Amino acid sequence: MTTTWYTQDHEWIRVENGVATIGITNHAQEQLGDLVFVELPEVGRAVGKGEAAAVVESVKAASDVYTPVSGEIVAVNSEVTGDPALVNREAETGGWLMQVRLSDPSETAGLMDEAAYKAFAG
Amino acid sequence: MPVLKRTPLYDLHKRLGAKFGPFAGYEMPLFYPAGILKEHQHTRRAAGLFDISHMVHVVVSGPKASTLIERLCPYPASDQISDHARYTFFLNESAGIVDDLIVTRLAADRYRIVCNAGCAEKDVAHIRRNAEQYDCIVEVIDCAFLALQGPAAEGLLTAVGRDYSALNFMNAIEPGNGWFASRSGYTGEDGFEIALPARDAVALAEQILGDPAALMIGLGARDSLRLEAGLPLYGQDLDEETDPRESGLLWAIPKSHRQGGGFIGAEALAKRLAAPQHLKRIGLKPAQPVRAGAMLFDRSGREIGKVTSGGFGPTVGHPVAMARIDARAEPPFFAEVRGRRVAAELASLPFVPRSYKRS
Repeated sequence: MTTTWYTQDHEWIRVENGVATIGITNHAQEQLGDLVFVELPEVGRAVGKGEAAAVVESVKAASDVYTPVSGEIVAVNSEVTGDPALVNREAETGGWLMQVRLSDPSETAGLMDEAAYKAFAG
Repeated sequence: MPVLKRTPLYDLHKRLGAKFGPFAGYEMPLFYPAGILKEHQHTRRAAGLFDISHMVHVVVSGPKASTLIERLCPYPASDQISDHARYTFFLNESAGIVDDLIVTRLAADRYRIVCNAGCAEKDVAHIRRNAEQYDCIVEVIDCAFLALQGPAAEGLLTAVGRDYSALNFMNAIEPGNGWFASRSGYTGEDGFEIALPARDAVALAEQILGDPAALMIGLGARDSLRLEAGLPLYGQDLDEETDPRESGLLWAIPKSHRQGGGFIGAEALAKRLAAPQHLKRIGLKPAQPVRAGAMLFDRSGREIGKVTSGGFGPTVGHPVAMARIDARAEPPFFAEVRGRRVAAELASLPFVPRSYKRS
């Protein structure tokens, strides 16, 4: 079972065979409220660690989603495009946003585990 | 940083699981566990209860009260029938909108003005400054303010012992004990706005919420409801640089007051109306949500204005927005969102039809 890691910007990341699946945390979706639109990056785009790669929009505001790792976008979750509420319902599972092929696996070193994130997010 | 104020219903909001945010110096509920989409839909289908206690109520009284109102607002206040509420403005000397508000005539010599929370200080100072020359007493009322909006509102209020069914849209009543109720609102639905002493507010709210048809609604859905209803928000769609015609609100000023009058800004308004209109307020149906401040362009790439309010319309099921653009600009329009141009179709306002109770 792959470990889920968390960032201070409320993203989660799971790495398997050099590919990271990334989304926003359940805490984040609770804070944002109902999502009405999700903008996903183009497959093939190169991204750098910390770059805003996606946008999730609630009724009231747009929020950037940052990629915790550098690499290439190899897949995006087209299901959330037609059903943004999926991110609210299943933020850390079915509501994943994008997948990145890692260019530098060591970048995951500084991330929080579940216990640390729970303490951080309160 | 100054501490945020709280309304008399703060503890109730907390108990109901509100997510709070700052608005006009108050810590206000943005949404509850139901979420903005459900709160919005519920209001249009049943009854939504809103805490709008942050708004400001001012009662002016005196033998020359109607003359004071006629100085402050562009309509014949001396002809206003008692217990009738009217949507109007305070204009500045350039005919720019200082605030949009509702003035209700309570008696021959008494009027109640309800102002936007964000304009509280400015409006009260404006009223006081002008009240002196008309020997009027100006009283800022300390009260809570609740709105119950939606098709189930009338029946629900009657069921809790508050039968206001005799009121038509924009009629008001003073039932006694410091209460004031008007058939008005900011959602496009039938509904009531009730001002009452703070000590009565929690009890009334809990009585109302005891009915399954009622749901507590936050400011998030209040904004999506009024946006779908095509209603402007002061500070976004309206400001001191915009005149009533540019805002699409000239209908609120009687023809008799469009060529001059005794109100502040009368001369400037007449001049502006005699000249061509430069800007106009429009509705937009963008392909994805656009936000206040987004620039708008026409087909040729010319910048023609900007979005003043933007979001998502849960009832219509698509993004909605209002914008202020060059009066001569023609569709198609495009909004700039994060460096890209997004199609924004011209849409007529309101996005959903009004459901007011007329006689």
